[in-house]
Amino acid sequence: MSFFMLGMLILLAGGFVSLCVGRRPVPASLFGSASAVAGSLLAVIPSFQVLIRGVSESWQTDWTVPFGSFYVQIDALSAVFLIPIFGLSAVAAVYGATYLLAYREKNLGIPWFFYNLLLIGMALVVVARNGLLFLVAWEIMSLSSFVLVTFEYERPMVRQAGLIYLIAMHIGTAFLLVFFIVMGHQAGSLDFTKLSGTSSSVANLLFLLAIIGFGTKAGFMPLHVWLPYAHPAAPSHVSAVMSGVMIKTGIYGIVRTITLLGTPPAWWCWLLILIGVSSGILGVLFALAQHDLKRLLAYHSVENIGIITIGLGVGLLGIHRNSPLLAVLGFTGGLFHVLNHAVFKGLLFLGAGAVLHGSGTGQLDRLGGLLKRMPWTAFFFLVGAIAISGLPPLNGFVSEFLIYLGVFKNAPGGGLASAVVALMVAGSLSLIGGLALACFAKAFGIVFLGLPRSPLAQHAHEADWTMRFSMAVLAALCLLLGIFSPAVVLVFQHVLPEIIPFDVSPIQKELESASAILQHFVFASLLLLALTGAFTVLRKLLLGKRSVRQAVTWDCGYAQPDARMQYTATSFAQPLTDLFRIFLRTRKTISLPEGLFPADSSFHTESSDISERYLYAPVFQWVGLLLSKLQWLQHGRLQIYILYIVLVLWTLLIWKLM
Amino acid sequence: MTALKLLHPLIALAAAPLLPGVINRTKALFAGRTGQPVLQLYYDLWKLLRKGAVYSRSTTWIFRLGPMIGISVALLALTILPFGGLPAAIRFEGDLILFAYLFGLARFFTIVMALDTGSSFEGMGAAREATFSTLCEPALLIGLAAITKYTGSVSLSQMFSSLRFSDWGQAGPAFILVGSALLIVFLTENSRMPIDDPNTHLELTMIHEVMILDHSGPDLALILYAAALKLWLLGTLLIGIVVPVHSGHPALDVLIAVLCMALLAVLVGIIESSMARIRLLHVPALLIGATTLSVLALVLTAR
Repeated sequence: MSFFMLGMLILLAGGFVSLCVGRRPVPASLFGSASAVAGSLLAVIPSFQVLIRGVSESWQTDWTVPFGSFYVQIDALSAVFLIPIFGLSAVAAVYGATYLLAYREKNLGIPWFFYNLLLIGMALVVVARNGLLFLVAWEIMSLSSFVLVTFEYERPMVRQAGLIYLIAMHIGTAFLLVFFIVMGHQAGSLDFTKLSGTSSSVANLLFLLAIIGFGTKAGFMPLHVWLPYAHPAAPSHVSAVMSGVMIKTGIYGIVRTITLLGTPPAWWCWLLILIGVSSGILGVLFALAQHDLKRLLAYHSVENIGIITIGLGVGLLGIHRNSPLLAVLGFTGGLFHVLNHAVFKGLLFLGAGAVLHGSGTGQLDRLGGLLKRMPWTAFFFLVGAIAISGLPPLNGFVSEFLIYLGVFKNAPGGGLASAVVALMVAGSLSLIGGLALACFAKAFGIVFLGLPRSPLAQHAHEADWTMRFSMAVLAALCLLLGIFSPAVVLVFQHVLPEIIPFDVSPIQKELESASAILQHFVFASLLLLALTGAFTVLRKLLLGKRSVRQAVTWDCGYAQPDARMQYTATSFAQPLTDLFRIFLRTRKTISLPEGLFPADSSFHTESSDISERYLYAPVFQWVGLLLSKLQWLQHGRLQIYILYIVLVLWTLLIWKLM
Repeated sequence: MTALKLLHPLIALAAAPLLPGVINRTKALFAGRTGQPVLQLYYDLWKLLRKGAVYSRSTTWIFRLGPMIGISVALLALTILPFGGLPAAIRFEGDLILFAYLFGLARFFTIVMALDTGSSFEGMGAAREATFSTLCEPALLIGLAAITKYTGSVSLSQMFSSLRFSDWGQAGPAFILVGSALLIVFLTENSRMPIDDPNTHLELTMIHEVMILDHSGPDLALILYAAALKLWLLGTLLIGIVVPVHSGHPALDVLIAVLCMALLAVLVGIIESSMARIRLLHVPALLIGATTLSVLALVLTAR
């Protein structure tokens, strides 16, 4: 625990120093990122100790705030979230050190101070064991990330994104406030304690409040609307942290709630699986329709949160049906995916940042051919793209595989319910996998391959070594987490007993069997890599002494191939977006060439969010209309505002007296 | 035992290029032509392997790596799949999921390889491949889930060895449904009629063939070889489930399985001779239909 506290102090102190020297960009970046790296590396040490030993560490002290106590604890569940939080944040901080120097005219102390504050907030959220402390940490996290999102506040788009983010976060927090009040009322204290003897209706209410409150942060459909705005607006290393680990605090909240609420009824499990399926499929569909690289990645976060939630739902179903198999494989798959998604989504956002940094645009249809100009970034992005598509031999496959394995092994016996869960999970995961593959083949192919589609892409330059170093670390992790997955899975042996209320021995047995199965997968992966290597050598030998010529791309004899004739991101995705148009509602604006001498013609598509257009826009319009009736209360006279305060205080006093 | 495990990959490596030959001869027979020799693909491979290569100027190492990944994936898949009673070299619980996802890896590289050329034709093929294969995935995995539900085994090796002809009596309708779904997946993934026309002469109407327009020499040879192996792999999966032969004599089992593969090739030839390619816009309906068949099969086995 002392390492953790020391790390927090370094983060805070480094942030302040950075703030003080903020006007000078290089020292500010140096202090900010060095303290973020040092603090994270120190603070993460206890998490490893807890995971290896299986003994949790806690620290409690009184707090003058009513109902609050400064009660923090690192148990195995917290540790599983702390490791990606600190790991990714440290790597992203190295990247940010040079990335932010592009904005040297700004005060760089501010983003570094709030970056460190965001890390402190996220870590405290995960270790807090008191409702009030949790909410304070939650707000620190939300507000500091808001400041980071609005870093480029001169741009109207960014200000709009910040506003949407702020509102969405606080609607979520409102639900959490009610959640903790009800929870504290039931338990008699705001400290986290496992509820017992709670009526099922109260437990149901708490579960729903948690789903909405934490789901807003995690980005469940349709609570995800802030995500595609906020993530692209933030500087790329912040997007990586927000998308890679910050939204996972929502997942953490749901898992923690599950451990506190006791035995789940069946509908909780089905609700989670349904949320997972709809977030997963709709997330990837909207990603497919995007034209902006970072927005595309943001929608993929919704998809991956969906996959994680499917895993959690399957695990919860295991608890409900008393099946260690489902519980272990579901939760292990879901939580492993939390870790994996932190790695590859972090990598992809850093890669997108390098593209933005090197070319100046994130518009897919203006990029192309970047592989020749940014070979390293392209390679790392490719690794991330394969990993996020869930393809072997990288880490993304392993976590999805575990969830599949759970429902497939559970399918025989168990009647219709086991068939339905197999159908939902296998059907949705395979569809999500296929669509994600299409989407990332598109993102990688359009951005890095072919010919440059604009002068911006033509003059792009490679990222410098700190940025490449950060991406290299994450890319290596994508492979290592796949190759060492049998060992990584065993790390969960102390985590799962925190969530699953079964005996330890069946949990242990299931984990060991999963680990043994993964060893076969690792053997197959290594064989695949060896085969590819062997064939590459063979090809070299075959072509060694023969004529290898360069020519233009075959264009059916057309003599003047041009970069504008290439397929674009929009045209690549068109068959799929057309097929799923009932969900996407893509708006197309076409002006066709007409007449004998056609002048300009154009084609434009836009896939704005359906939940935004058909759910939030009408609701907010209605609320706005209603509230405008109360406008007479506001007239800008200070005396009367003070009178309002006095009136409220009086009312409260009288209420208390009664 | 080790030698026995490697027997299936060896048989497949030797015999897979025969399948396109058989298909072409069947089609020729229907059309009243003599047709190309059954061994044509062997000649082609031999010729291409001895040639040099021409690369488009816009391509990168992705374009050169893709064919290597494709052939490696096919070889690895051969070691996971049992054939005619021969054991698979690699088997574990859940290997069928790896089997399905390996094709995904190959597809990813086929698509980016096509986008690497910057050609609009190849982009078009890539977009179609992405669309149709995506829709195939649920049909394949839900179909396999149905068989898992019925046999209780999550490994392809166990699944194939536990199936018997008597199972047709117990769950005949489910087998017919899964078999039909897998046949559609087989035709789509291998770019055959009625989804794709491998014989068309117009780039606009192709899917798979258009994606490899720019490949030449040994690269093209490996792509064609991998395509023949994919035909073999998905054919073996279909036959292993639909025709569960266990005669008791290992050699006879293998012989029957090889014969079934030849019959499947003839069936593909007949389908291609008797049907036109359906409109590309209508292909998704067919594939969603295949998924529905798989779902029905899963529901039937759940009773």
